Amino acid sequence: MSRLMKLQQQQIELTEFEKQLINAYQGGFPLTPEPFALVAQTLGVTSQAVQQTLTSLLERGVLTRFGPLYNIEKADGAFSLCALKVPEERFDEVTEQVNSYDEVAHNYQRGHEWNMWFVLATENEQKLLNIFEEIMRVTECPGLNLPKQTEFFVGLKLEA
Amino acid sequence: MTINQALVKKVIGATQNGLPICDRPYQRIAEQVGIAEEELIALMQKMRSAGLIRRIGLVPNHYALGYRFNLMTVWDVDDQDILSLGETVGQLDFVSHCYQRPRQEPDWNYNLFAMVHGRNEQEVEQQVAQIKQVLGASCRAMTQLNSLKILKKTGLRIRS
Repeated sequence: MSRLMKLQQQQIELTEFEKQLINAYQGGFPLTPEPFALVAQTLGVTSQAVQQTLTSLLERGVLTRFGPLYNIEKADGAFSLCALKVPEERFDEVTEQVNSYDEVAHNYQRGHEWNMWFVLATENEQKLLNIFEEIMRVTECPGLNLPKQTEFFVGLKLEA
Repeated sequence: MTINQALVKKVIGATQNGLPICDRPYQRIAEQVGIAEEELIALMQKMRSAGLIRRIGLVPNHYALGYRFNLMTVWDVDDQDILSLGETVGQLDFVSHCYQRPRQEPDWNYNLFAMVHGRNEQEVEQQVAQIKQVLGASCRAMTQLNSLKILKKTGLRIRS
């Protein structure tokens, strides 16, 4: 598996309480008027301690988000996973071109001949197709448009 | 059970960056949206039942927790078996996302996508081997695309 490479990001040291909080609330955060008080009661600490810890975890980049996770596709719009085959020497230029579109949400460089993978999010299918074709035209790179057909699973609990 | 779509959009917009960390976070969001706290909580309960909210909680940064090996695995699976096999693969506890996507022959013959996450190379190798075993003879080919670099990550934004 020689293509596996690590990203330049460090594992962050966590206290036992931080681990406990992360392991307990990747889902199921209470939908009640005073949710932190309820969490605090469950974990045997104060509401302030929960709030401070959570703030610190977000600030240190241990968490990317706190709150509801939406299945945005159920709300509105069209979405697709797209890929481009970008020549090595043009990679930075094409990254800039692709990222300049507001409709491009995530974009990853991957170790494969299809080396750029991004999610397109638009108001409707027609607009998605138009933007995908425009990106291929502007970048002069071959592309793949791979909208999902079936969702088998989304979610994962990571142990801290 | 009808859901007011205009209100749903407002709620998604108000929580796009997550919930505020304070004693009554839902009260704060309700104020922004212009409804009562109890109305917001009832609406969010409906959104959760409808699958629009997948879950409410903390979203860890994989890398910060030491999950440095994040791999998109793609598989060319017999069309007649993909629905049942996709379900099985999606239920493996290390798979975070699992989708059926269209082939784009001849450039792209893979129709099953599974994201896997591990703390070291051996762990993800074992995960890949386990998926391979589940798919058995229904799988003709596979490849894996490791993430080398995050080029953009804005999250999916709702447009209104």
